Amino acid sequence: MPGAGDAVARLVREEGTRVLATLVRVTGGIDLAQDAVQDAVVRALETWPRDGVPDNPRAWLVVTAKNRAVDLIRRENRRAGKEAEAMTWIDPAPEPPEVVRDDLLRLVFTCCHPALNLEAQVALALRTLGGLSTAEVARALLVPEATMAKRLTRAKQKIAQARIPYRVPAAEELPARLSGVAATVYLIFNEGYAAGAGADLVRVALTREAVRLARLLAELMPDEPTVLGLLALMLLHDSRREARLDGEGRPVLLADQDRERWNPEAIKEGVGLAGAALRRSPGRPDPYAVQAAIAACHALAPSYAETAWDAIVSWYDVLLTVQDTPVVRLNRAVAVGERDGPAAGLALVDEIPGLDAYPWWHATRAELLHRLGRAEEARAAYGRALDAGMSDPQARHLRGRLGQL
Amino acid sequence: MPTYIAFTYTPDVDWTRPEYGQEMKEYQEFGEAAEAVIKGGHALYPTATATTVRVQGGKGGDAITSDGPYAETKEALTGYYVLECADLDEAVAVAAKIPAAWNGAVEVRPVIQF
Repeated sequence: MPGAGDAVARLVREEGTRVLATLVRVTGGIDLAQDAVQDAVVRALETWPRDGVPDNPRAWLVVTAKNRAVDLIRRENRRAGKEAEAMTWIDPAPEPPEVVRDDLLRLVFTCCHPALNLEAQVALALRTLGGLSTAEVARALLVPEATMAKRLTRAKQKIAQARIPYRVPAAEELPARLSGVAATVYLIFNEGYAAGAGADLVRVALTREAVRLARLLAELMPDEPTVLGLLALMLLHDSRREARLDGEGRPVLLADQDRERWNPEAIKEGVGLAGAALRRSPGRPDPYAVQAAIAACHALAPSYAETAWDAIVSWYDVLLTVQDTPVVRLNRAVAVGERDGPAAGLALVDEIPGLDAYPWWHATRAELLHRLGRAEEARAAYGRALDAGMSDPQARHLRGRLGQL
Repeated sequence: MPTYIAFTYTPDVDWTRPEYGQEMKEYQEFGEAAEAVIKGGHALYPTATATTVRVQGGKGGDAITSDGPYAETKEALTGYYVLECADLDEAVAVAAKIPAAWNGAVEVRPVIQF
């Protein structure tokens, strides 16, 4: 019965992250915990489809993994006293839910610790929290497997040798640390989002991994606006997945997308979460929540022409109060261009300094100049955008527009 | 208890000169405030006083000395503290209070416990 096997595999994967988090706390090391959980998972996949799933699958996996960890220590047999200590790991009482929750939070904050570089954080999050194999992580991030294995080893060594603590940050450090976690998850999402439909499926699946991680965070910290806003933003972006590329994998502009193909469930959930996130941060709105509000305006518009550009411009004004960057200013200028016409948009775009190396600044200028009928200048701006480096499908789109001049 | 060294990288100054008196006072204040975790440390003379030694041709070969630091950098190694802290978070919190952290940078490294 392949269906039963699949269900078991899913269950094992869901529980695997929690079991790993507990084992890291109990054994004090990610490597040993990973080996032990890996063995327990293999045994579960062998025996559960045949003998049935135990009443408490997580407890079964934890006990099996703990026993396995003790075996591994015994076999290693290097550090005197370690074996006696390891025997104390075996506690038949299952972990209460609040302990499992804290174990997971500890693992989240350890994997996304600011003392690790961002590449290492992304790799660790996918490997330990996402439960991907090293080979899968490597393929998803377009890195040779040996390089990825080295990166993961180095990160785990730093955690062990520099003693990065396995702990939930104190309340006063939580906002800064949480925004670090959110940045890591959002980076994973964007890696997958940028990959496009024609690309490697493992790479595209990164968006799903990121949503899964954000759901886990939302389950662990249901009142944190950053977490709710992040999940909302990713769901709303991802709701357009089916419509954002054409049959040949070329990007379809928001204006030209078939809105019938947007995912209504994802939109509904995203809009609800965006509202909840904004309600929980009335004083200083969370940047992810505000971006989600902008995405929600697009998602709820019946057509591009009927988009509430006024509301979008207002949300960009809010976003600028918490995240004043040239790129946010550029996006606001695009919305103003839609609301007040290309001349108004272009005036704002030309005011933004420091984006000369940013291809989208040139591409936006080109589009607005195009609409104003200033063909010569538009042509030059398309050229600058292409020179600044665009991904293949985006470059194809720009060349198409250039051809229409 | 894990031990860390916090290396201070700052402009390559001579701490003994009177114009650094005020800054030395800040270091002294840090030293008193973090007394519980500081297990040692020194301020160093500027890199102009450094001598770099290498032995050529493997062990037992000729010692070749050169004038100056091992690496020429904009900010020089000008001192270090030995810190005993529970974990990296605590060590980083202490390092952030060393005046070098805002006059340069502090590198925190765990010590190998043999």
